[in-house]
Amino acid sequence: MVFYIFRRFVNYFFLSLIATCLAYVVSSLALDPAAKYYGRNPQPTQQTIDNILNGLGVNPDVPVLQRLWDWLVNIVVHGSLGNGVNGVSIGDQIISRAGVSLRLLLIGSLIGAIVGVTLGVWGAVRQYKLSDQAVTYGSYLIFATPTFVIGVLLMIGATALNGAAGMQLITFTGEYSAGLTGSWWDLALDRGIHLLLPTIALVLIGAAGYSRYQRSVMLDVLSADFIRTARAKGRSRNSALVRHGVRVALIPMSTFFAYSFGTLISGSIMLEIVFSFHGMGEFALNAISQSDINAVAGTTLFVAILILFSSTLSEVLYAALDPRVRN
Amino acid sequence: MTNLLTNENPIANRRTDPPLLEVRDLSVTFPQRGGPSVQAVRGISYQVHKGEFLGIVGESGSGKSVSSLALMGLLPSSAEVTGSILFGGRSLLELNDRQLSGIRGREITMIFQDPLSALTPVYTVGDQIAEALLLHDAALSKRAAAARAVELLKIVGIPAPERRARAFPHEFSGGMRQRAMIAMSIANDPLLIIADEPTTALDVTIQAQILEVLEQAKSLTGAAVVLITHDLGVVAGHADRIAVMYAGKLVENGTTDEVFAAPHMPYTIGLLRSVPNMQTAGTQRLVPLEGRPPSLTALPSGCPFAARCPIAVSACLETEPVLLEHAPAAPGVPVAGLGETAHVAACHRAAEIASGALTRPDVFPRPEPLVVEHRERNADTEPVLTVTGLVRHFPLTKGGVFSRQIGTVRAVDGVSFSIQPGQTLGLVGESGCGKSTTILEILEMAKPQAGQILIDGQDVASLNRADLLRLRKDVQIVFQDPMAALDPRLPIGDIIAEPLTVHGVKPADRRARVAELLDLVGLDPEMSDRYPHEFSGGQRQRVGIARALATNPRLVVLDEPVSALDVSIQAGVINLLEDLKEQLNLSYLFVAHDLAIVRQIADTVAVMYLGRIVEYGPVAEVFAHPRHPYTQALISAAPIPDPEIERSRKRVLLEGDLPSPTEQIDGCNFRSRCPLYTLLPPQKRALCESIDPLLALHDTVETACHHVEDSAVLGVAV
Amino acid sequence: MSLVEETNAELGAPDVLVTPTPLGVGVPSGPPARSRSRGRLIWRRLTQTSRFWVGAIAIGLILIWALLGPLFYPFDALTRDPLNMGLGPTQLHWFGTNSIGQDLYAQTLVGLQKSLVIGLIAGPLGTLIAAVVGSVAGYMGGVVDRVLVWCINLLLVLPSFILLVILSPLFKGLSWVFLTIFIAGFSWMIMAQVVRSQTKSLRDRDFVKAARYMGVPMRKILGRHIIPNVASLLIIDATLGVVAAILAETSLSYFGFGIRAPDVSLGTLLAEGTSAAVTRPWLFVFPAGVLIVTLFAVSLIGDALRDAVDPTSGVNRD
Repeated sequence: MVFYIFRRFVNYFFLSLIATCLAYVVSSLALDPAAKYYGRNPQPTQQTIDNILNGLGVNPDVPVLQRLWDWLVNIVVHGSLGNGVNGVSIGDQIISRAGVSLRLLLIGSLIGAIVGVTLGVWGAVRQYKLSDQAVTYGSYLIFATPTFVIGVLLMIGATALNGAAGMQLITFTGEYSAGLTGSWWDLALDRGIHLLLPTIALVLIGAAGYSRYQRSVMLDVLSADFIRTARAKGRSRNSALVRHGVRVALIPMSTFFAYSFGTLISGSIMLEIVFSFHGMGEFALNAISQSDINAVAGTTLFVAILILFSSTLSEVLYAALDPRVRN
Repeated sequence: MTNLLTNENPIANRRTDPPLLEVRDLSVTFPQRGGPSVQAVRGISYQVHKGEFLGIVGESGSGKSVSSLALMGLLPSSAEVTGSILFGGRSLLELNDRQLSGIRGREITMIFQDPLSALTPVYTVGDQIAEALLLHDAALSKRAAAARAVELLKIVGIPAPERRARAFPHEFSGGMRQRAMIAMSIANDPLLIIADEPTTALDVTIQAQILEVLEQAKSLTGAAVVLITHDLGVVAGHADRIAVMYAGKLVENGTTDEVFAAPHMPYTIGLLRSVPNMQTAGTQRLVPLEGRPPSLTALPSGCPFAARCPIAVSACLETEPVLLEHAPAAPGVPVAGLGETAHVAACHRAAEIASGALTRPDVFPRPEPLVVEHRERNADTEPVLTVTGLVRHFPLTKGGVFSRQIGTVRAVDGVSFSIQPGQTLGLVGESGCGKSTTILEILEMAKPQAGQILIDGQDVASLNRADLLRLRKDVQIVFQDPMAALDPRLPIGDIIAEPLTVHGVKPADRRARVAELLDLVGLDPEMSDRYPHEFSGGQRQRVGIARALATNPRLVVLDEPVSALDVSIQAGVINLLEDLKEQLNLSYLFVAHDLAIVRQIADTVAVMYLGRIVEYGPVAEVFAHPRHPYTQALISAAPIPDPEIERSRKRVLLEGDLPSPTEQIDGCNFRSRCPLYTLLPPQKRALCESIDPLLALHDTVETACHHVEDSAVLGVAV
Repeated sequence: MSLVEETNAELGAPDVLVTPTPLGVGVPSGPPARSRSRGRLIWRRLTQTSRFWVGAIAIGLILIWALLGPLFYPFDALTRDPLNMGLGPTQLHWFGTNSIGQDLYAQTLVGLQKSLVIGLIAGPLGTLIAAVVGSVAGYMGGVVDRVLVWCINLLLVLPSFILLVILSPLFKGLSWVFLTIFIAGFSWMIMAQVVRSQTKSLRDRDFVKAARYMGVPMRKILGRHIIPNVASLLIIDATLGVVAAILAETSLSYFGFGIRAPDVSLGTLLAEGTSAAVTRPWLFVFPAGVLIVTLFAVSLIGDALRDAVDPTSGVNRD
């Protein structure tokens, strides 16, 4: 089993590596880092511009594969992702921002998965009843709403709530209130409140997807022969559904988890921007607008590593849940 | 085998006690969204007494499974169940799910058809058996339950039960899974075991083992058994009583001997006459029982069998007959207590049948064989197909990116046979023996790994694409499952014409040919623009046969062509195949596991085991004097739909399952299961252990066994 | 088992074989012949569901509105009304105006048109790519399959939104048509995997084997047997693909990577409306509402289709 998971890890590792390299090549071709220097007044000399570009390793006159190679060597040898156009190390910038993104992403996707799986099982067991219909329509409504719209609508709702309450019940711009001083507990609470709305948005997105998928898997399991066997043995319907049904219906969810994680990453990046978090989303946005190739490459590497770990985790879950793949 | 029926007293005594199970007027209806509801079971009544073995026989959709699930309270919640089910004095239909749970698994247990899907894939077999114990005995410790589970696995004959208890269902073979299901069902010493087609998914040799285990379980626990099956042969040797179901109704109920010897209901007569009997097969034509049961959403007002009944009278169309006793002495006497010892049947004309005024051949006459002017069979004509030393090995690999070969699957390991024009070769063996791979190799027409395939005398390996395409005209196939073999998106006219499009036949000619073919297989040419789902199983198989005949082939490969069909339909298709062979001078390669059908249709038979042919010769001789112990075991495992014969037959049971074809066995590869090997003295065994027997001619039959002269000790003949 | 199967078997047509009936009694032959094709059956089941009708009528009205709405409205999307700047909804300006006096109702209609066109092109286009790649990979197997699957997995490593963002500088100066193609180009992978696995199982079905043994060439087998048998899946995917494509377009445009001025889409409108979303919510809420209603209606149709295609739906399966 360990060997199986290791093999899958190696497989994902190469896929991520190649995807990152491709992203590097594509962004190198698509972005023109020199352009903004030509627009400056007074315009720097060609020599100066070339020096800056060479220093960053993004000079378009150097063949792109050569630059890619240098970039990779730099990572392996120096553990460095190069510098951004602002001259600051990309690695340092990512480290300072990653925590913000990961906190939102992990909390949101974990709660979303739990809520979604629960709703899915519930909906399947109560198929076509009112509660099932409500969950179904609710999830379709969420699917039909762009992530950023969910975010903005939550903000509008929170503003209305604050107005009604006559005080700042929910604060939602940025990760924390600037200049707030107080005990460790006050600061943590402040961050928690700031995290509330984007987390709700991410949970909604995650739960909508998980609940639909879990419902359909669970429906298949409901009609499975082994549920009938378990009942024939003397289990009551509900106990058979939980002990045998849910346990088996969780197996395909581990694969779905890997699929949906990409959507959640995009969603959380969008939400960061909407809620003005200084996370990886803002970093990527700036990188594109400033034609910062190293920053774009760094961002893709960050995402690829997240995907690598989530895929491997899903394989671990799969192997843990299903004895049929263990050997 | 225990002989319960000849020893009549215990049963008779039990019958005076109140019945263990009494079903009265049970009906099950499934409401459909936006349509008429399905009346799956319509007012059936029967009794089961302590320790009794009841066989419920019926075709798919007769309501036999639904009625048993109703007993267990396991029907979907949408089902509407009425009537009453009394079990040990309690009315089961009045109990809620929790109360029923206390009875299920303790007093009534159930064994299901497909043991793979019936076991939860994520728990070990031992845990699932222990679960059945723990659910009904709160005082039992987990450890004690696990120990008892191992013990139960041992009882049902699973080798190395301690290790096997820790295995998952997917690590078990089909037969072992069904044994585990039986272990689960006897765990709490039940009073009633319901077995729903427990052997349908299994090979005939494994079926014999499982029925044996079921008998054992029954005698061990003293439980009554209700065996639900479509196979009359299976109940013939085991059941005390037989209940026949048709279109949701019980149409005949009596002791096994009564029902087999003197059936009163034309449907039962038709079923019994249509089933090929391995003893008589090949000597006369089968009696077809045409048509299909009525739709359960739109039942006719009269007898549901009237549409298929050759002796239907106008009364049959008006009122539905009720179950009555029609003993020859006192015809038409209503039965006092339903399901008592009486032999009852639901037919307006049962009295005439019971009294002998209408004999069974009167009801379902045997059709006359097709008269075709006798063709001169030239002995030295070239065979249509010659296969010599065919080998197909698959590498068994492990791992994806860095895969490595860990073994070889010897699917086909040196097979040779030939088929003369107008002849039928039957290829038989358990699943996994290499039958399917053999025919795939022939049909792929690629160069074999080793050996040679000659079609019409041409070596397929030496032909170019155009020649191969031309050769494909001569070899066609009919598949097992007629639903899967026809594209559901195409009208049958297009399906039948498909082989013609390949060879560039003009549309007008194609249409004419389709009409001709439909007529040939007994379908109305008007139906060519209908879709496959509008046809019954037997008709779909006729469409499949028509497609195979479109290009005027010389050889048709028949891959289990009737095993997916209901018993009553099989005879009609077999008769059609026999007629077509005569009319068109076809050659058949007939792959089957049903020995009776092979004996019926084949001229020559080849028995395969683990990729090899172990016995090969004229069908009459092989069946009359099987020389190879494996052939003997196969023949003895096949049930015969005749209770008297079944009870007196001598059986050779094979041990265990087919070994994995990856195993490298020294000497004879049948040695591990050979019933003869165990009887041989050591010096003779040494030969089996060291030398792989080759096919050698004994009279007219080739047999691959070192000890043919000793095989008579097993004493098997049909 | 197959309680469902067993009961479904009962729903089949009566046997058309002529049974010899002595006495010459006419035998009632059961229910009338069923509809000719599966397509018609699906259509009947589809039209029985209320979800389908709600969705279909809603999307029909939206399409008519998007096409004809501007003809019956006095303002266009660009003209400024200097007297009514930053106003909420009034009788004159139904959805209100933005800070420079442009009419939001007119702008919403234009944006809706653009979003619909992009969705209706990109959704089916993505499905087409999925059908071709998936069926070829699944049918051919071997090396071709491995290479294609590898490519699909590679494209799946990075979320398609991020890929589109990285690629956005490429279509910066180009028209919205290229954006549409890019969206389609990154939305087919999961469906291709589904089609591939379906094809693999169809490939082993006897009717496909039969065609192969007859010598039918691969192209014809794909066209005649494989694609028609996954058609229902493809139709569902194309429907939901419209939703996905519109979502992708609005999200990209919202963050400044998609549609750019002078083109207007719902995404760009929402981007403009966000800054004032809390103070002047109509600038955000109206375009967002139109977008959500549109996508919800299409989703309902997709879901109803999925239900109609699934033979076991509607049956209580516990």
